This record gives sequence, structure tokens and C-alpha cells, in this order.
Amino acid sequence: MLRFLPALTLLAMLGPVVAGLWGTLLPAFGHLPSAGLFGPSLDPFRSLFAWGGLTDAARLSVTTGLIATALSLGIVALIAASWSGTKAFRILERLLSPLLSVPHAAAAFGLAFLIAPSGWVSRLLSPALTGWDRPPDLLIVQDPLGLAMIAGLVVKEVPFLLLMTIAAIGQAQPRRSLLVAQSLGYGRVSGWLKTVFPRVYSQIRLPVYVVIAYSMSVVDVALILGPSTPPTLSVQIVKWMSDPDLSMRLTGAAAALFQLALVIGALCFWWLGERLVARLGNRWIMSGNRGLRDTSVRVLSLGLGSVSAFAVFFGLASLLIWSFAAFWSFPNVLPDGFTMRTWGKHGPNAFATFGETFFIAGVAVLLALMLVLGCLEAEHRSGRPLSRRGLWMLYLPLLVPQTAFLPGLQTLLLSVGADVGRIPVILAHLVFVLPYVFLSLGDPWRAWDTRNAIVAGALGARPWAVFWRVRAPMLLRPILIATAVGISVSVGQYLPTLLIGGGRVSTLTTEAVALASGGDRRAIGVYGLAQTLAALIPFALALIVPAFLWRNRRNLHE
Amino acid sequence: MNKSLTLQDVCILKDGVPLIEVNHTIQAGEVLTIMGPSGVGKSTLLSFITGTLPSAFLGTGQILLDSADITQKPPHARPIGILFQDDLLFPHMSVGANLAFGMPPGGSKTERRAKIDAGLRDVDLEGFADRDPATLSGGQKARVALMRMLLSNPRALLLDEAFSRLDADLRTQVRDLVFKTARERELPVLMVTHDAEDANAAGGKIIELRTLSKA
Repeated sequence: MLRFLPALTLLAMLGPVVAGLWGTLLPAFGHLPSAGLFGPSLDPFRSLFAWGGLTDAARLSVTTGLIATALSLGIVALIAASWSGTKAFRILERLLSPLLSVPHAAAAFGLAFLIAPSGWVSRLLSPALTGWDRPPDLLIVQDPLGLAMIAGLVVKEVPFLLLMTIAAIGQAQPRRSLLVAQSLGYGRVSGWLKTVFPRVYSQIRLPVYVVIAYSMSVVDVALILGPSTPPTLSVQIVKWMSDPDLSMRLTGAAAALFQLALVIGALCFWWLGERLVARLGNRWIMSGNRGLRDTSVRVLSLGLGSVSAFAVFFGLASLLIWSFAAFWSFPNVLPDGFTMRTWGKHGPNAFATFGETFFIAGVAVLLALMLVLGCLEAEHRSGRPLSRRGLWMLYLPLLVPQTAFLPGLQTLLLSVGADVGRIPVILAHLVFVLPYVFLSLGDPWRAWDTRNAIVAGALGARPWAVFWRVRAPMLLRPILIATAVGISVSVGQYLPTLLIGGGRVSTLTTEAVALASGGDRRAIGVYGLAQTLAALIPFALALIVPAFLWRNRRNLHE
Repeated sequence: MNKSLTLQDVCILKDGVPLIEVNHTIQAGEVLTIMGPSGVGKSTLLSFITGTLPSAFLGTGQILLDSADITQKPPHARPIGILFQDDLLFPHMSVGANLAFGMPPGGSKTERRAKIDAGLRDVDLEGFADRDPATLSGGQKARVALMRMLLSNPRALLLDEAFSRLDADLRTQVRDLVFKTARERELPVLMVTHDAEDANAAGGKIIELRTLSKA
């Protein structure tokens, strides 16, 4: 049984991706038998290229994705170069998990509430510094260049890349390299960038590619912070896919393939950029430049990191305040009064949706845990660790843009008559939950001292007894953290729920994003907050439960 | 029944190259010491005997325990105890639960508890059953690990650098206790070490290893 789990896991992860791409490919070439259309034809592409907004939409998709990734990576590299190994860095590490678990949509709403013309920042500065006594007529959120959207992506991708970087630093043994560099007269920052960063980057390369693919094709953040005339390509794809006119699905499918091509092109472009940076970096190393202007870089990186973290925290705070706000006139920093009315109105539905969200997340994560633990145990027993190719497989569902295969999966499900609903939604969530659970649990699982298993076996314990009575309890904390990661991934999913659920399954995320166009800030506050709580509570439990269970077992505390 | 551990033409190979060859019978109460620098495959030999040889290696030959061939048996079905340089007490279990983990199933709760208490008394740790292993001193942990292994009724004992983490005083103490117990229980003992003092204290035959494949 255990032997088949790796294959089953691959099927659960890649099956929907491959099926979805197939389901996109056929209609993109005019073949959609369920609508009475038979291909092959190039009409879908003709109507796609006839759409006037295509150039802008494609440009937005590429620029927001690449700029957001480059900014996030730059900030992370500077923070790590300036601060890794220091006390400040360890404090930062603690802040990461909660920051990471905040769903993209909630962070985006929070940011919008901060930077909008009537947002907190403008209220703080007004009227004293700006002279505004009413919100200025400026298009800050949903600006045509996608700057707000880039900011929204950066505040969420910085913690993700930082976490990946920390894991990579652990393997790179930076202390000795840095010591050598410093004894040769290099400053801390340039010494780290020259000796440690190249090794670290080769470890975080795949996560960086994931960030590119994600940022280029994200839908929920684009709906909240991105421009609307025209929107990004992915948002437009979703619009076409939900058009009652079935022939628009063909255009949508063609656009999905185009989106896939854009992402592949951007990844190639980035790959070339890596070569260029490596060459420039080599020249910089050869120059022997000691780079001693450390202090300014360290202050700058701390500033950028703090702004990015505070944007999320204060954004969430403004969600909280709006959800309790009565009338709130400009430019007052706090509402004129507080009320429970918004919670009374939206609370019951939010609470019911909370249950549905948790049910979907719970089942998806349970399935993911069974598959991942089974794979890891099979790996342990066969003594064959995951190969490099296996690692690529894990990242594959995260590298294919969601808008490229989810529309096709939906079309395919409809055409074979499978009912949309909860079960397909759970399986679609599993595609994204599985890799994250695997990545989160893999390292601590493998770091476990296998001599424990030898001792337990020598004491007469069978392999499954070793698993349940020794390994799993000792690794309870990483297992629960992987569970929390999985739940927060599932809670944050927008597109799989929307498309595969066919509008009949609603989670906190779909409800919250649906409110974006209405602009009811109080309701957004309620749903954004509920969404954040749904992702944060499991993380809190993952820390509290082991601490409580093992309160008398000192060696299991870190 | 002839109480002994026999390594019959045992050879460990990596990539087809032999690392270690042993052909020897250890009688009950006897200690065979295998000495050599680290990296010659001493611990790999032990993993072949416990049935946990990493897949990168190949083991040939037979392992006979009390004259019965156990070479093909799974690890849990080989009644062979092993002690490493670390105590490897399970950190999530109390001292008593660690001992109970190794005891063969059966018997009432009170009987099992009595066995645990008696075992702890034997190693001068009376009343430690409910303690967290992390709160014990190095010597105490080593004694619990020894008793956990003994309570599983092993028929042979393997020592993998078992004393190398202990400081000098403690080391003599724990070593004497282990060898004395092995003699009392008539266990054949196979010890691998890089320390000559361990080898002399064992008082048995010593096999000195060099790498078979000349680098």
C-alpha cells in the first residue's frame, strides 16, 4: 500500500493540472462539443487578439509580476545580508509565520484601506500636512500602472521568500564564509552578498519562480488593488469564463494559453537576468571592492522590511476598526463612534461561511497529510530520498499559472457532466495544499535522527509502531505547523473555489473578494478579518498544543 | 541451546567494493571489540546485524543468533539490543514509559509497573519512573538506556561507540556496569570503538580494522 502512495500523490497533484491544461487546449482551438462547437479553428485566438485591451492587460501582467518579484527578492536579500545571524533577525523570524498566514486578499484589503485617498495614511497627514479636508480625487488604489497591486504583492511575497531564504541559509553555513570575508576586510553586507548569497539563491530559485508565476496570474489581489480598465489578463480570463455566452469561454481558453506563454516567457527572461546578474556579480567580486558603507544599507533594509511588515499589521488593524466603525468622517484618524451593527448584519453569514471554509480546508489538509506522511515514510523505509526531479514535480503545480489550467478543469468537469460542488473544490485545493504541506514537513521529517528508529526496532517495535509511537509524537510540532500551513493555503484560495465550485461553494475568501467592487468597507472589514482569523487560529494552535502536551518534556521545546 | 552471536563470512560492500569482512563467533558473556578509525564502516556492520543496513550498502554472509539464522528477519524480530553514544531516550515519554516501550507485551498493569520499578532499582534510579528524561544527568540517562535495552530481553548486545560521549569518571562506571550486566545475563557483546581504553576494558578479542580498499 505504502509503495503506491508516491504515485497517488503525484496523481492528486499533477492530474488536475494536466487535465486542466488539456481542457484549456481544446476550447482554445475552437473545440467545445458540449456547446455544439467543433474545432480545430483559430477563431478563439482571433477574437482574443481583436480585444482592444489585450496589450495593456498583458503588459500589466508581466510588469506587475516581474517588478513585484524583483522588489521582494531585493528586499529579502538586503535584509538577510544585513541582519542574518543577529538578534534582530531572530525577532523577525518569529514575526514571519503570522505574516505568512495572512491571506493575500485580507492583506490586499488592509493595504487598500491604508493607502486609499480616504485611507489611514492620508487621514494621519490631513489636514496638517496636505491641506485636504476631504479625500482627494486621486486614483491611488487600482492605479493604471498597477503600483498598488505591486505593493500588495510585495508585502506578502517578502515573508514567503524570507522564510525560504532562512531555510536555505541554514544549509549554507554562512558563519564561516562571513568570518573569512570579514577578516579579509569586507563589510558585512558585501561580504555576505559575495560569499553566501550565490549559494542561498541557488536554493531559493524554485520559490522565486513560484513567486513570478503567482504574481503574474493572481486574480484576487488584482481585483482588489489592480486597475480595472483594462484589468490584468488573468482577471479578464475569469470574466470571460463566467460569461453566460458560452462562446466567450473559447476566447477565455485562448487567453489562458496566452497567459501560460507569458509566464513561460517571463521565466525565461528572469533566467537570462540571472545570468546577467551572475556575470555582473562576478565582476564585482573580481574588483575586490570591500563595500564598507554598511550602515546605510542596514538601515535601508530594516526600513523596507519594517514598512512591508507594518503595512500588513496596520492594514489588518484598519480592517478591525472599519468593522466596528459607525460614521467615520474625513480626516479623523478614528471613527466618530463604534457600533456592533456591521457584525450583527454580516456576522451570522460570516460565521456560517467560516464553517464551510474550515470544512473544505480540513478535508483537503487531512488528505494532504495522509499522502505526505505516507510518502515520507515510504522514503524512509526504502532509503531513497526525493530526487531533484521529484522536487521540481512538487513545485510544478505552483509554477503553472492558476488561470491557465483551472478554467480548463472547470470546462472539463462540466463537459463530462461531473457536478461542480464541494468535492471537486476540495480536490482542487489539494493541488495547492499538497506541495506546501510537503515542503513544510519534508525537512524536519528528514532531519529526525533515524537511530531512534533503529533503537525502537531493536526493542521489538514494528515499523508502524515506530511511526505512530515514536516518530509522529516526536515530530508533532512540525506536523501541526504543516497542518496550519495547509489550512492557510486552502483558506486563501480564491480561483479554485470560484471556478471549480461553479459559484455554488463560497468560502470567506470568495465572499470577501466579491465585496471588493461594492466598496462597503465595513462588510469587507468583517470578512477580511474572519478570513485572517481562519488562517491564524491553526498557527496559534500549532504552537500551543505541543507546548501544552509536552509541558513536562523539556527536550521537545525549542 | 548454544548461546552465541556468529558472524559467518560477513562482508559489507559499497559500490561492489568490500569495506569490512568479519568471520567470528562471540560466545555468551564474551566481548568482541572491533577497533578502527571512523569512516571504515564499523557502524555499518552493526546496522547489518540489526537489519537496518542503508540501501547504499550490500551485506553478504550470515548472522546466527543462538545458532539460528536471522539474516533475513526484519529488525523488530531480531532480539538484539543496541546502545549508541547518545542515550536516544524517547523525549516524549517518561523514564518509565521508555522502559515499558521495550518490554515484551503482556502482564497486568501492576506487574509491568513492578518490573519497571525493579529495573530502575537495579541501576540505582529508584523512583525515577515518572521523570522527564531531559531532567536526568548524563550518567543517569545512560543507565536508563541500558535498562530499557535489557528489559526487552535481548539475546545479544551491540555497542556503537556507546561510551564515547561520557566524561572519564562516568565512562569507567557505565562501561563496567554494561560489561558486568552482559556477563551476568550471558549476552554475547559486539562493541565497535575507536578508543583503545574501551577495548582493553572489554577484555575480549580485538579485531583492528583498516580500510580494506586501499584509497
